[in-house]
Amino acid sequence: MTSAEWAIVMLSLRVSFVAVLVSLPIAYALAWLLARRRFPGMIVLDALVHLPLVLPPVVTGWLLLIAFGRGGEIGAWLYENFGITLVFNWTGAALAAAVMALPLMVRAMRLSIEAVDRRLVGAARTLGASSWKAFLTVTLPLSIPGIAAGAMLGFARSLGEFGATITFAANIAGETRTLPLAIYTGLQTPGGEDAVTRLAIISIILSLGALVLSEWLVRRAQGGRAHVL
Amino acid sequence: MSFEVEITVQPGEREISGRISSDARLTALVGASGIGKTSVLNAIAGLLRPISGSISVAGRVLFDAERGIDIPPEKRHAGYAFQDARLFPHRRVAANLDYAEKLAKGRKPIIARAEVVRLLDIDGLLVRWPDTLSGGEVRRVAIARALLSAPDFLLLDEPLAALDPERAERLSTLIERLRDRLEIPMMLVSHSERDVARLASKTVRMG
Repeated sequence: MTSAEWAIVMLSLRVSFVAVLVSLPIAYALAWLLARRRFPGMIVLDALVHLPLVLPPVVTGWLLLIAFGRGGEIGAWLYENFGITLVFNWTGAALAAAVMALPLMVRAMRLSIEAVDRRLVGAARTLGASSWKAFLTVTLPLSIPGIAAGAMLGFARSLGEFGATITFAANIAGETRTLPLAIYTGLQTPGGEDAVTRLAIISIILSLGALVLSEWLVRRAQGGRAHVL
Repeated sequence: MSFEVEITVQPGEREISGRISSDARLTALVGASGIGKTSVLNAIAGLLRPISGSISVAGRVLFDAERGIDIPPEKRHAGYAFQDARLFPHRRVAANLDYAEKLAKGRKPIIARAEVVRLLDIDGLLVRWPDTLSGGEVRRVAIARALLSAPDFLLLDEPLAALDPERAERLSTLIERLRDRLEIPMMLVSHSERDVARLASKTVRMG
């Protein structure tokens, strides 16, 4: 492994870590809404959450470009108020990964929230807990395995993210060139085969590790009945 | 009046109407299984919103559809021992009791923890996890937890069901003792009139 390759691995880990950190609370809130509330527009929200799962990633990247690019509504606002630029930046790669990982995280967490017996929440309420307090003391702790599983799954998905990233954040060495992008670049470069092999093996090890950990957490939490995938 | 309830609830497809007017220390609500007794308890505890009617307990209005009163469950101060116990599986027995005690902080306890533990004979269970308890043990812990929440009234859902005769007898004696010792209204739900005959000063039949 060359130091440049190590830098790629570290960048990938950083991008995935930040992506999971950012999307975790959002995914949990969405999972809770979809698991526990009935409201008009629920089907639409459910579909929107799942959209990145079925859309061609390049389309997701293009949509991100429209919204978060310098000329986009959110992108322009972020730049003018905070001087933040996401495009062509590693934070943009993290955003793309977060959006792509979101549906998988929501699915895992939703399962674990649905597995929490609602009658326990009722019991907490009669004992004097407000609905917020009942959430904090019953639903949240009992769904922790699902949160952990969702986070690991999201992490694995983020490590593998390619299409949306290259469309939105581009393929810039040292900035947005994560493992999959580096492998793609290596394949395009004459004599890059050895580097591709090494990076691919690392990719496989990291993704497999995260996936196995996630499945194990879910099985442990639900007695081997449910699967995330 | 200890319980003044006149409600219509709709927990599922079917509407259930209940009318209870009792000033007894312990009111028994009896009727066949599935007639909706638990739904009435849930409505009193605030877990099920009636479609019409009113509920007041010990002179306090908890629900009144016409006047738009609906006190949230955590402010009703019900000591509800569920038929399915509903112990928190991620907390040991002692921590289940702590949960009730902590939330009742600042309110006047109706009974000391040491006495609850002694009366219900759960001293040996405190370090156990709920899923390792037997049916009878679970039920005793559930009653203990309800008592420690400093309730204004007690709701006991089928406390004697599915217990062997000896245990049912012991729990029955215990409820009798609680009834005589605690000065709060109690409502007990049972499918068996025989079970409650000696406990209740008033029996309301449903269905």
